[in-house]
Amino acid sequence: MAGTDDLSALMRLARQGDDEAYRRLLGQAAIWLRAVVRRGLASAGRGPAESEDIVQEVLLAVHLKRETWDPSRPIGPWLRAIARYKLADHLRRRGFHDHLDIEEWSNAPELAVEVETPAAIDSRRMLASLPERQRTIVQEISLEGHSAADVATRLGMTEGAVRVALHRALKALAALYRREQP
Amino acid sequence: MRTEQLVDALVADGAAARPIGSSLVRALAAGIALSLVVFFLTLGIRPDIRPALETWRFDLKIVTALLGLVLAFGICRDCARPDMPPHPLRRLLPLLVLIVAAVAVELALVPEAAWRQRLIGSNSLICLPMVPILSVAPLAAVLWTLRRGAPASPVLAGAAAGLVAALCGATLYAFHCFDDSPLFVATWYSLATLGVTAVGAWAGHKLLRW
Repeated sequence: MAGTDDLSALMRLARQGDDEAYRRLLGQAAIWLRAVVRRGLASAGRGPAESEDIVQEVLLAVHLKRETWDPSRPIGPWLRAIARYKLADHLRRRGFHDHLDIEEWSNAPELAVEVETPAAIDSRRMLASLPERQRTIVQEISLEGHSAADVATRLGMTEGAVRVALHRALKALAALYRREQP
Repeated sequence: MRTEQLVDALVADGAAARPIGSSLVRALAAGIALSLVVFFLTLGIRPDIRPALETWRFDLKIVTALLGLVLAFGICRDCARPDMPPHPLRRLLPLLVLIVAAVAVELALVPEAAWRQRLIGSNSLICLPMVPILSVAPLAAVLWTLRRGAPASPVLAGAAAGLVAALCGATLYAFHCFDDSPLFVATWYSLATLGVTAVGAWAGHKLLRW
């Protein structure tokens, strides 16, 4: 995985509250993940149609499970481990039980797919199963690009309450991905 | 939702994080505090604690339980991570060496005719249920915290939680129990610990997938 040191440094900055570093980390991780996931799907005999769903599920896990990363270690093996777990889980739900050795091909430096394909799972349907307040907040922040502070003013909530609702919504989305069937 | 848009939501949620290891320490401390209350309500420290502290058998029993607790905590913390280091159970090696050595010394010191009585002791029927009972709160607290983790193997992480919790229970119980012989400790404490570990593994399978 190229630039692992950079990613570790970005994550350390992110932990200290640097949002821009966090955005770059997640963006670069997505580019690497997209390539890893496509290879994983190909070696399980599947096309790239589901790849963006898995990329998003892994990114959610990277975010929600970030406290399991030990800042004294490089972030590469940790990211790979999450990708492997989620890829295997995704394939298992679709009846594929063979062993996938992602270590074998996830270290290749050329691994990068910049172009995003549309997510196959209807994410609007997934969003629709969130409670209304949470759904509105996720949509305002992710689809409309507003900040948490803006959303708080628009909805007449405190910024803290918006953040709590956003965090719950992300956890709920991760749970929905886990239950998603083909 | 495009991936870019998801990233916006994740960034808005913020990247600050407390390392899972320190959350586990807090959870364990809370669990132990609860078990201490249960311990003093039901059993209490043995009345002859002062002379007992001066015998090597009692001290070794406490040291063994505490060593196990520390080693098991390390395993539990490792198991909370997706990139768990290989062979986590190797950490238990010093504990096994200590138990085997203690049993060997006891067998050498005590005449063969007394082995049976030392092994059975007077308290095994209390030890077997009480170690698990004193493990309940630590197990619940550690499992609850591990749900925030990303264990490479949920079953192993659950078993590690069971092991840590059982050794909390064993350490507390050791202060009540009159049976200090390594033969008794190696048999009954281990049996009780294995039981709680198995419950932890089952709970891990149910609760710790992510």
